[in-house]
Amino acid sequence: MSVLALERVTYTYPGRERPALREVSLEVEPGELVVVAGASGSGKSTLLGVASGLIPHFHGGRFEGRAAVAGMDTRERGPGELAAAVGTLFQDPETQVVMGTVRAELAFPVENRGYPPTATARAVEEAALALGIAQLLDRPTSELSGGELQRVALGAALAGRPSLLVLDEPTSQLDPVAGDELLGVLRRCNDDLDVAVVLSEHRLERCLAAADRVLTLVDGTVACDAPPAEFLAWAIANAPEMATPGARLLHGVGLPPAAGVRAARRALRSEGLGRDLVDVSPPIPRMARRGRRAEALAFDRVWHELADGPVILRGLTVAVAAGERVALMGRNGAGKSTLLRHAAGLMKPTRGSVRASGRVGLLLQNPNDYLVHETVGGEAPPAALLKVGLEPGLAERHPRDLSVGEKQRLALAIVLGDPPAPIVCLDEPTRGMDRGLKEKLAVLIAGLDAAVVVATHDPEFAAAFAHRVILLGGGRVLADGPVDEVLTGGRYFATETARIVPGALLPEQGVAMLAQEAALR
Amino acid sequence: MSYRRRESPLHAAGALAGCAYCLALAAAALVLSSPLMLGAVALAVLAAAAAAGVWPELRRAALWAVPFALLIMLINALVVRDGLTVIVRLGQLPLLGYTDITLEATVYGAVLGLRAVTLILCGALYTTAVDPDQVLRLFRRVSFRSALTATIATRMVPVLIRDSRRFAEAQRCRPGAPPSRLALMRAASAGVLDRALDIAAALEVRGYGAARRPPRAREPLSRHGLAFLGSAATILVLGIVTRVAELAPFRAYPALHAPLGAATPIVAGALVACALLPFVDRRGVQG
Repeated sequence: MSVLALERVTYTYPGRERPALREVSLEVEPGELVVVAGASGSGKSTLLGVASGLIPHFHGGRFEGRAAVAGMDTRERGPGELAAAVGTLFQDPETQVVMGTVRAELAFPVENRGYPPTATARAVEEAALALGIAQLLDRPTSELSGGELQRVALGAALAGRPSLLVLDEPTSQLDPVAGDELLGVLRRCNDDLDVAVVLSEHRLERCLAAADRVLTLVDGTVACDAPPAEFLAWAIANAPEMATPGARLLHGVGLPPAAGVRAARRALRSEGLGRDLVDVSPPIPRMARRGRRAEALAFDRVWHELADGPVILRGLTVAVAAGERVALMGRNGAGKSTLLRHAAGLMKPTRGSVRASGRVGLLLQNPNDYLVHETVGGEAPPAALLKVGLEPGLAERHPRDLSVGEKQRLALAIVLGDPPAPIVCLDEPTRGMDRGLKEKLAVLIAGLDAAVVVATHDPEFAAAFAHRVILLGGGRVLADGPVDEVLTGGRYFATETARIVPGALLPEQGVAMLAQEAALR
Repeated sequence: MSYRRRESPLHAAGALAGCAYCLALAAAALVLSSPLMLGAVALAVLAAAAAAGVWPELRRAALWAVPFALLIMLINALVVRDGLTVIVRLGQLPLLGYTDITLEATVYGAVLGLRAVTLILCGALYTTAVDPDQVLRLFRRVSFRSALTATIATRMVPVLIRDSRRFAEAQRCRPGAPPSRLALMRAASAGVLDRALDIAAALEVRGYGAARRPPRAREPLSRHGLAFLGSAATILVLGIVTRVAELAPFRAYPALHAPLGAATPIVAGALVACALLPFVDRRGVQG
């Protein structure tokens, strides 16, 4: 029996005319790992909502067709009852952990099912061991990092031993290391516990290698349902913005696409390509030279030490030139956001100084926090709206009715102002964005006539807009250099292309290097 | 201010004993009127907080509560016409009419303020020293949804504080004139509603909507649990006996009457000792 079966499901949210899902039919078998791909607004979250029973019971709206989870009809059983068969994980770790300690959080879904204390205790121990969070069991949830919280939420989803796990962009709020750890844990659970997994994810390059199938949604309909390699071939032909860099690289050298770094390298080797490149030692990024251009923003031996707490920045010295575009990378807690807050004057260094040649516009992580007026026109001056590419026709719309990408642009217009700020800082601007939106944002950033500093976890995005990358760790600069040096010299903070063809940042560069290698041979 | 497990006898006592202890102290503050006795209860709560390792949190609560107490004292002095000893004649005042401030009304206002501060401190001690998850487990057989609502409200406080800080930071990043207060309140409310919806969805998918009445679970009481339950019972009995037997008499009107016999300091000392005795034994405080 399928753990999830949808028959001609059409669903329209309340107050909307256009259905979010149209005539969707699919089946997921026990133990399968299915990745749901698609642009923002294509219906991925809606599909996962149907699988968890939140649609239609929690969101309301018009639901047609039939959906069954482990044989239970979702129209007859609400999410509470379906929770016995399906575990759900959302994007935001903050709002899906409801209890005070990790142990209580893992016990909560099991206790809700009326298990006796001994069975609850056993389920908690097993979930904690399966996810490698046994050492966290007695920690308060308020003290956990984003990655830890997300693993705890995954543990809570798994504690009741569901046959299906539904995950809506679970790594979108995590740094690459924590994201990879979570996906690794997920893969292990899929293998060991035989749990079927339905996972939506924008950064496909991170999860395709583990997937059995990729289900692609376009405007609420299933456009492609195929194994990863076939999906990539479909994407290259029909939706290039969904194709992974590795697939574009292989396509560029005339090979069929393969999912994952290992498969791509193997495909290249089988054609006699990339042999000379595999053993190239990663280049050591040099520290950026200073003083060539006028400094727009300078941090001079900046320390940030919390009262009764840790040191966030440790004597950091960095300068950004006028017109320079810098990507700030590093793990969660490395000091990226703190550095940007210092740039904008939201924080004061405990030692050292920050100098800026003009106003610093800072766009924080959540664009919704900037939106306080009733109309788009009320939020930002017309010139700023034009600069970020928001059409005058949107001026009378309510800001909260805009799409994800439009909200991001509006928030950017607000902080840019008129006259535009000469220094712009953006903190994780691509969270929850699909590849197409990221590419548009990269073009927009590149078009700003300003010094730009962007904190990001996304190497592909950094490669698309930045001149230079600063890698932070423990409040110090670990690497500082041109983007094609820093992002080709590591594993986590490197583009997928660089991991397949060392030294190449983007697929086009990889293709050129491989062609050169072939010509030399 | 939120619960965090610390290595103290009160944290190791468990939710039942912790609740009973905080409630007994609050009940003592309610039944006793003598300033000395109220001071003793407040002292007991603060000393218990120090012994439980939550002194900074209670200090913050006290700093917040003291202006509130002064306000109570001021209002009582201004509006109460009882009392024979006039200390200030304010004459005719708008809304209040002819106003005399009496010593009795001022002292009684101070007593009310002290009681309010003590109750706030008891609440703060409960919040910081009693595990809300254990409280949920304790009361879920009686009223699961009410207990869960209370627990989530506690959990949401730090989340909403972080949200409001983030929101305030974003507004500081806006160039030009700041938005109106109304616009900010509207946006903040929308943010809170979004959070509430997220939490509600998370609860649904964890099976809360179909939650069943859990089977009875009997947790053995630890040595600290027994000690704090004993302490709570003694504090309660001491408070009631003191009130009924008028061991610490106090009357504010028409003239102050607070004779300080030998019994009052003894009872006050006994109450503080009773409240602090369970902290002496530190075996097994890691739980």
